[in-house]
Order: sequence, then C-alpha cells, then structure tokens
Amino acid sequence: MHITDILVTGEPIIYGAMVSMALGGLAILFVLTYFKKWGWLWREWLTSVDHKKIGVMYILSALLMLFRGGVDAMMMRVQLAFPDLGFLNSQHYNEIFTTHGTIMIIFMAMPFLIGLMNIIVPLQIGARDFAFPYLNALSFWSFFFGMALFNISFVIGGSPDAGWTSYTPLSGAAMSPGPGQNFYLMGLQLSGIGTLATGINLMVTILKMRAPGMKLFHMPIFTWSTLVTCFIIVFAFPILTVALALLTIDRIFGSQFFTLTGEGLPMMWANLFWMWGHPEVYIVILPAFGIFSEVISTFAKKRLFGYNVMVWSMIVIALLSFLVWVHHFFTMGAGAFVNSVFSVSTMLIAVPTGVKIFNWLATLYKSKIEFTVPMLWSLAFIPSFILGGVTGVMLGMAAADYQFHNSYFLIAHFHYVLIAGTVFACFAGLVFWYPKMFGHKMNERLGRWAFWLFFFGFHVCFFPQYFLGLDGMPRRLFITNVAEWLPLNVISTVGAAGMALGFVVFVYNVYYSFRYSERETTGDSWNGNGRTLEWATTTPVPYYNFATVPYVDEIDPYVRMKEEGKTTFEEDKVKPIHMPSYTGQPFIFMALLGLASFGLIFEWMYLAVFGLIGGVVMMIRRSFDYDDGYYVSVEEIKETEKKARGL
Amino acid sequence: MAAEELKTGPLEYRTQEGQMGIMGFWIFLGAEVVLFATLFATYAVLFGRTADAPLPSELFEPGIVLIMTFLLLTSSFTCGLAIHEMRRGSVKGLIFWMAITLALGLGFLGFEIYEFVHYAHEGATLQSSAFWSAFFVLAGTHGLHVTLGIGWAILLLIQIKQRGLTNVTSRKFFIISLYWHFLDVIWIFIFTSVYLIGMVI
Ligand code: HEM
Ligand SMILES: [Cu+2]
Repeated sequence: MHITDILVTGEPIIYGAMVSMALGGLAILFVLTYFKKWGWLWREWLTSVDHKKIGVMYILSALLMLFRGGVDAMMMRVQLAFPDLGFLNSQHYNEIFTTHGTIMIIFMAMPFLIGLMNIIVPLQIGARDFAFPYLNALSFWSFFFGMALFNISFVIGGSPDAGWTSYTPLSGAAMSPGPGQNFYLMGLQLSGIGTLATGINLMVTILKMRAPGMKLFHMPIFTWSTLVTCFIIVFAFPILTVALALLTIDRIFGSQFFTLTGEGLPMMWANLFWMWGHPEVYIVILPAFGIFSEVISTFAKKRLFGYNVMVWSMIVIALLSFLVWVHHFFTMGAGAFVNSVFSVSTMLIAVPTGVKIFNWLATLYKSKIEFTVPMLWSLAFIPSFILGGVTGVMLGMAAADYQFHNSYFLIAHFHYVLIAGTVFACFAGLVFWYPKMFGHKMNERLGRWAFWLFFFGFHVCFFPQYFLGLDGMPRRLFITNVAEWLPLNVISTVGAAGMALGFVVFVYNVYYSFRYSERETTGDSWNGNGRTLEWATTTPVPYYNFATVPYVDEIDPYVRMKEEGKTTFEEDKVKPIHMPSYTGQPFIFMALLGLASFGLIFEWMYLAVFGLIGGVVMMIRRSFDYDDGYYVSVEEIKETEKKARGL
Repeated sequence: MAAEELKTGPLEYRTQEGQMGIMGFWIFLGAEVVLFATLFATYAVLFGRTADAPLPSELFEPGIVLIMTFLLLTSSFTCGLAIHEMRRGSVKGLIFWMAITLALGLGFLGFEIYEFVHYAHEGATLQSSAFWSAFFVLAGTHGLHVTLGIGWAILLLIQIKQRGLTNVTSRKFFIISLYWHFLDVIWIFIFTSVYLIGMVI
C-alpha cells in the first residue's frame, strides 16, 4: 500500500491541519529536547500512579479535546451561516459533525469529569490514593490512546462520517467501506475499557477507603455523585462494549448482526446504542450536579439543603436512566403502546431532577452569597439548565416528538443540557479546585470575562436554534440557504464566536494566573469557606495526601475541625505511610493495545496480532509483578507537613 | 494500607488490599453479567433469523453438549475443592485440584472447538446468517473466557510454586475461583436457553 492511499489528500483545510499538527508536534519535541525534559516527563508523568497527577493529565487532554471539538463546531457554524460560500462540502460536513459529537461526549465531557473525580474524590473521603492505583493509570492510558486513535483519523485513513450515533446500516461495511468507521469503533472500544475500569476502581475506593467514622451518608455530595455515576458506568458500559464489538465483527469479519443481508436487524443497533447512550447522558450530568452542589453550598456558606433528598434523587435518576432509551427513536415505529410506556418513564425523570433544582434554590435562599467565578457558573447553570430540561420533557411526549425529532429543536435541547450542565460544571469545578491542583487561584477578573462571554455566547448561539427547529430546519444538513432560516443561523454563529472567545480567555487565564496569581499559603483557599476534607490538606497537596486521617462523623466535617483547631497533621499520631510505586507498564501496555487497534482499523491483521500478543505479554508481566510499593518515613512526613504549614 | 493485617480469618481477607481486590472483582463480575446479558438478548432477538443456513434444530444434538456440560460442572466442583484445600493451608491439594479443574476445562474447550468446526462443515458459520452470528459470538465469548481463565490459572500455579500460600497468592486463587464458577453459571444459561431450546424449536 502506498502512503497516499493512507493519508487523506485533496482538502485544503485538512492540509492546513496536517501542517499545523506537524509544526506543533515538532515544537513540542524541540522544547522537550532543548530543556532536557524527556526524563522528567517519563518519571513524573507517564509512569505516575498518583491520582492527582493522573487527574491533571485527564483534564489537560479534555481541554485539548474541547478545543478540537470547538474547532469542528465553529466550522459547522461558518458553513451554516454562509451556506453559499462553499466552505465545506457535504462529505467533510458529515465527518465534522460526527467527530464533533463523539469527541465532545467521549473524549471531552467524560475525561474532564473523571479527571476532577480523580483529584478530588480521594481527598474528600480521606484516602491516600485509589484502591487500585496501577489500574487507574491503565484507565488513563487506555483513554489517551483511544483518543489519539480517533483524532488521527482525519489525516490518516479518513474520519468516520455516520454521526456520533453511528446508526446501521449506514455505518456497516456495505455503505461505509474503508477505515473511517473502524476508527470510531476501535477508538471508543479502547477508551471504554478504561472508563469501565475507572468505574470499578472509584466504587471500591469510595466503599472501602473512607476516613474512619465516615458513613455513606456523611460523604460529600460530589463523592456521592461519583459513586452513583460509577454504578451507571459499570452497568451501562458493557452494553457499549458489546455493541461496538458486534459492529466491528460485522465490518471486519463479515457477520450479519446489523446488515440488510442474512436477516440481520439494523434497528437492533439503535436499541443497543441507546441502552448505553441514555445512561451515558446521566454519566456526564450527575457529577456535574455534584460539583454545583459543592460550589453552591460553599459560597452560600450553608450546609446543602436537603442532603438526603439530594442523594436519593440521584439514585432514582440513575435507576430511571436505564428505562427510557426508546425516546431516542420514537419515530422508528415501535407502536403506540411501547412509545407510551417510554414516554411516561422519560417524563418521570423530570421529577427527581426538579427536586434537585428546588434544593439548590433552598440552599441559596436567605444566604449571604459570595459571587466568585465558580459560583457564577453555578448560578448561571440553574435557569439555563431548566430551559434544557423543559424542552426535554417536550421531546419526551412521543406524539410531539414526531415533529421535533432530528430537527434543530433537538440540537438546542441537548446543547442546553450538555453545555449549561456539563460544560459549565467542568469550568466551575476546575476554577473551584484549581488552587488545590496548582497552588494558585485563577484570576477572578479574567475569569469573569470568560464566564460572561461564554454565557451570553451560549444563549445567543443555541436559543435561536429552538426556533429554527420549530421552523423545520433538520439537523445534519449542510446546505441551509432557505431564506427564513438564514437570519437565525447568522445570529447563532455570532453566539458561537462569543463562546469561542470565552474559551480563549479561559485558556489565556491559565497562563496569566500561572505567571501572576498569588501563591496559596493555606489549604483552605476560598476565604476559609471550605467545608469538606479536601480543604483540610495543605496546598500543594503532599503526594501522600493526609499525614493523619481525621475521624469523621458528620457531613461537612472540616467546618467543625476548624472550630476545634484540628488539622490533618497530628504530630504524635503520624505513622509510616504505604504508597504504590510508579511504573511505566500501563503506558506500554495501552500503547501496544493502541497499536493492535490501529492494525484492526486498517485490517492489517499481522499488526493487530502483534499488538495483541504484546498486550498479553504485558498482562503476564503484571501477574508476576509482586512490587508492594514503599513506605514514607515518619521523619519525611513531619518535615513536609511542618514546612507546608509554616510550623 | 498494607500495614494492618488481621491475624484470623481466611488469608485472602486479612489485608485491606485483599478485601478490596475481591470486592473489585465482584463488581467486575457484575459488569460481566451485563455483558453476557446483552449477548443473550441479542441472541434472543435474532433467534430464527437463519436465512439460507441450516436451522439450529437440524444441528444441535444433545450428546456432545451434555458431555461439555458435565465437564464444566465437574470442573466447578473441583475448583471448589481446590479452594477448600487452600483454606486448609495445603498447597499440594490446591495444585492437585486446580490441575484437574484445568484438565476438565481443556476438555470442554476441545469439544467446543470440535462442535464449531462441525457446524461450519454443515454450512452454519459466523457469516451465514444473523442467527448464526449471534450464536457463535455468544458461545464464542464464553469459550474465550474459558481460554483466558485457563491461561491465567497456569500463571497462578507457577506463582504458588514459587511463593507458597501468602495473602496475595491466596487472594489471586480465590478470585480465579469466583471467575471459574461464574463461567459455569453462564454456561448453564447457554446450555438451557441456547442448546435445549434450539433443539426443540
Ligand atoms: C462550542 C460550542 C458548540 C457549538 C457551537 C456546537 C455546535 C453544534 C452544531 C451546529 C451541531 C449540529 C450539526 C448538524 O447536525 O448539522 C452540533 C451537534 C452536536 N453537538 Fe455541539 N456544539 C458546541 C458544543 C458542544 C458540547 C460542549 C457538546 C457535548 C458536551 C456537544 C455535543 C454535540 C452532539 C452530541 C452533537 C450531535 C452530533 C451528531 O448528531 O452527530 N456540542 N453541535
Ligand atoms: Cu435520552
């Protein structure tokens, strides 16, 4: 095979992307070599099993993916506002909306939230790391190589173009030949393994490694949301694993699950996909709820109103999320009875969600609100999310959905929930916990600019899309020069530009704060308003997290600890701490599986088999690996703590 | 973590690491249940969609499948005996019964491969129709699990030779026994809902 058969050729925009990727890659190689940072990169990051570092790597990757998905989005918006310009052709447009959707959900929203969970959950429950630190590193690298695979598709081999839902028979071998759709299947499969492992890992961590005395109903609400999310992950992701595997076998080995020949059933894909897909939606929103709850109670300076109800509503949402998947294809014709059942179950979800909204409002009621940047994101979330939720209920009415389905009304709906919910929460959480991660806050003034630009941009971009949908504009359409649609499309694109600007300011703020922000001296960064254990550690957090783990028997334990002058360093109680050793195995293991996936994508079976054998060898090595970690000595702990606490 | 070690109770439960490993594996088995449930559901939905390929009732025969069932059920029993010996502290007993378990597992696999080849000769392959795709992937996934289990158990047998019974090795054996019993349960469902039903309908 010749190199030009593999590289995507003939698209000026893609040439541009290739050149800038090559330049960017070279620049990184140059900087690392020039400053002799290769050893540092390997020792401190690539081999790390420290949950805090892994979390940072997750968040950095997610921000990168937000950029990539955002560029896709801007390109779509330009095409839609100036349809006569011929900016994108139909094939390119198809590829872009496919990669945009997939990247935003799988490689942006989930890793961003999992990154925050990585850093914060062990700190909130008084643990020193995950239950299985090695597995945690494995999860990250499986996500990372899955992401890398998916992202190179547009220069090597060609992007998938059948939508992020990848409906069969369109995505089958007959109608989508070539490697494009395989990139989708293998990229998601590889990163899905890591997600499932993270779900198990966090679940055991939360169930088994809590501070002494901490009952489940003493846990911070973000930890609760993580636990419930992990439950959904464990029970939903295997469905995706199977669905992807069946389609892969269809495409590469010629089976007949979703084909039009051999009595296959294309509609079964839609069922399997959404049996995972709808729970997935809640995987990315429940942690967001958790983050908002923490931020709101911190800056309203009150205990979260109705803590128990908040927990139970999350549990109910998690259970219901498995019972509504058919609402994504009411129009497929399952019949009036089936549609009615799923219509009702869909609308039921609004009840626990509404309960949560009222609890947030009640927390805010009569409180002295401090308008910090994380609080602004959280306050903006409430009304914006309600708009998304209400239109969701409208879509849930099966009869009405025949009108709304696959129109811009739907597009507006899910962006209102995903952006005003998940993306706002990612920003809120990142800004809120930023001082814990990096030892300094993000600049407040720039933070406000980013917030207001993004917030207004968001509403200007997506509010008009409800009306575009009602005017009959279908989604996934690249030619839209219908006179009535044009003005609203132009407005929408202006809003998108506002969001893009907000994102740029946000990223600039990272740099600006790194240069100019005051360094934190205490661990309790937000004017002493911290309520949970993560604020009780020093900043920067020592790698063993807690010198001594406090006894906890209430919600928001750090409030009382402060009153009683207690810390996480009780000098006479310090004991040696057991920590896991760093290892390069997870990186190499997943790189090999990435190679195997790459082989499968191009159906180069020798490469696939080689990578798989490599993976098996790594598993065998791991089985014989009896490295038991090491102990941090009492002297070292005392010295570190005294320095950090200025004792 | 590793510091505290209980003085009583089964070895594999004495350290927190052991307890967490076992709990993690139980949750993993929960995920495996979902995985197989999805495959069973797929099989049920595609039942009868044989296109031009033979019907299951023409190919499924009680003989070999019964032998396979017998082998796997017995292996589950011997695996239980192995763990019983482990709890008594007998490395020898553990190795003996585990080896028998593996031999039975290998026998099962041999018959399964023979069975698949036989079906292929009769014109029922992964490619021939939706029904047969579902059949081969469901039974094949189970077979793949058995294969992995055998390879894994061999690694553990080497480790027990090297290290004897410790908190770690006993945890590993306990976990693989959970896995083995789980595969047995899955097989019972395959035997009844795939083979028995396939024979009569
Ligand atoms: C930067 C702001 C964003 C803009 C301007 C934007 C714009 C768009 C547009 C125009 C489409 C429809 C394309 C079409 O069907 O013709 C779309 C689809 C989609 N967007 Fe976004 N989006 C943004 C952010 C996000 C975020 C943050 C997420 C998820 C967390 C997301 C998830 C999706 C999904 C899942 C689809 C459906 C893709 C498909 O149907 O294949 N978007 N977006
Ligand atoms: Cu849904």
